[in-house]
Amino acid sequence: MKIGVLALQGAFQEHQKALSSLGAETFQIRQHRDLNIELDGLVLPGGESTTMCKLLLELNMMDNLRNKIQNGLPVFGTCAGLILLSKKIQNQSTTGLATMNIECCRNAYGKQLDSFKTSSQFADIGEVPMVFIRAPYITQASANVEILAKVDGKIVAAKQKNQLVTAFHPELTNDVKIHSYFLKNIVNMAK
Amino acid sequence: MSNRYELNKNLAQMLKGGVIMDVTTPEQAKIAEASGACAVMALERIPADIRAAGGVSRMSDPKMIKGIQDAVSIPVMAKCRIGHFVEAQILQSLKIDYIDESEVLTPADNVNHIDKTKFQVPFVCGARNLGEALRRIAEGASMIRSKGEAGTGDIVQAVSHMRAINGDISKIAAMREDELFVAAKNMQVPYELVEYVHKNKKLPVVNFSAGGVATPADAALMVHLGAEGVFVGSGIFKSGNPEKRAAAIVKAVTNYNDPDMIAKLSEDLGEAMVGINENEIKILMAERGQ
Repeated sequence: MKIGVLALQGAFQEHQKALSSLGAETFQIRQHRDLNIELDGLVLPGGESTTMCKLLLELNMMDNLRNKIQNGLPVFGTCAGLILLSKKIQNQSTTGLATMNIECCRNAYGKQLDSFKTSSQFADIGEVPMVFIRAPYITQASANVEILAKVDGKIVAAKQKNQLVTAFHPELTNDVKIHSYFLKNIVNMAK
Repeated sequence: MSNRYELNKNLAQMLKGGVIMDVTTPEQAKIAEASGACAVMALERIPADIRAAGGVSRMSDPKMIKGIQDAVSIPVMAKCRIGHFVEAQILQSLKIDYIDESEVLTPADNVNHIDKTKFQVPFVCGARNLGEALRRIAEGASMIRSKGEAGTGDIVQAVSHMRAINGDISKIAAMREDELFVAAKNMQVPYELVEYVHKNKKLPVVNFSAGGVATPADAALMVHLGAEGVFVGSGIFKSGNPEKRAAAIVKAVTNYNDPDMIAKLSEDLGEAMVGINENEIKILMAERGQ
C-alpha cells in the first residue's frame, strides 16, 4: 500500500512513522513531479495551513491534487489538513483544496495556551487520545458528511466518502487506531 | 513529564519544515504570513538594527506585540532577555505562542537563565553545542535553535553551531553506556538527557537554525545540515525585495534537496542584506548566555 504524505511543511514525519508501523509504504510529496507517483492514499499533515496553501499554489500542485481527491483518491487530513479540505473557512475569503462539504473555524480554541489533550469516543473505534494544538473544529457539515467524533459538542472528526479529517493529531500519540481506520475503511475500500 | 510541556513540544513539531520570520510591525507580519512564514517573531528592532544602534536592547512594547497578534493567524513569538523572568511573565500574560529567551537582546542575568519549567507558554532557546542545548532543555525549553550570529547576514556561525550540535550527538550516540556519566558531567547536564540522546540519536525537542540566514541557499544549507526549520531575522526586511525573498526562502526550505529549483528561486531577488562578518563586529551575541 503506497501512501503519499504532503511534506511541504509541518509534522509529516510523524505520520510516516505511524503509517509505516502499520505496514504501509510512504512517500514525501514536496513538488509537482512527486504527484506522478501512483498513490493509494494521501495524508495532509498538521502544520500551518496558510504556509501549505501558499506552497500548493506556487508549486503548481493545487489543481492537480484537487482533481485527484475529487476523482476518489483516499485522503486523511489532520488539523491544517482539515482546513485545506474545508469548502468554507470562517472569517477567511480564501480556501485551499476545498473538496469536503464542511465549514471550519481556524484557531477555534485560541492560542497555544489553549492547546490541550483529552480522550474521547471515535465512531467504530472507541476511546482515543486526542491532542489539539492551536486546533480548528468543524462548525457546519452537509448531510453527506458523517460525524465521527465530538468534543464538548464541537465536531472534531468527520468523513465524506474518500475523505477523512480530524481536528486533532493522532500522529502525536502512540495510538495508531485512526491511521489504521484510514487504511482499512477508506484506502482498502477504494481499491 | 507534564502535559503542558508535551503540548509545547508538539507546537514546535507543527512548525517543522517552516520558516519563522522576524517582524517589527503588523504590516511586516502580514507580508511574512502571505509569503508562507509558519510563524513570526515580534520584536522592536531586527538584529542588524540592534547592532547598529548599540545600547541596551529589551523586550518589545506589549502594544506592538498585540498589534502583530491581531494582524496574523499564524503563531506569534516574541523575545525576552536572558534571565529576565518578569519580561517572560509579561509575554505569557499576552498569551504569546512561543517565548524566545534570546541572546540577541542584552542579557539581564549573567549567570542564570529563566526557570522555564515555571511557565505554561513554551520557550525556544539558542545553543552553540549539545551542552548548551541540553542545559536549556533541562531548564524547560521545548525547542532549540542554533545561535548563529544574528544581524550579520553571515551564515558561518550557524553552520558551525549546527555541525557542533549534531557532531556532539553522534559522539554521544556512539559511546558505551558506561561512558555517559562522564559525558553528562563534562557537559554539565542531567544524565537522563544524555541517555535520551544516546538512545534516540537526536535532541528530545525540535531543533531549528537561526542567526545569519540571508539567501534561499543559506536556508537550504541549514536544512541539509540537520536543521528542522529556519529562523530568518534581518535577512528578509533588510533586503531589497522582502516579499520575493521571503517566499523564495520558504520554498527553498521545502525543496532543499532540489538544486534546480533553488537556482530558479535565487534569480533576481534584488539586493541581499549587506552582510558583516564576525571579525568586523564588536559584540558576539552567541557568547551571551552559555
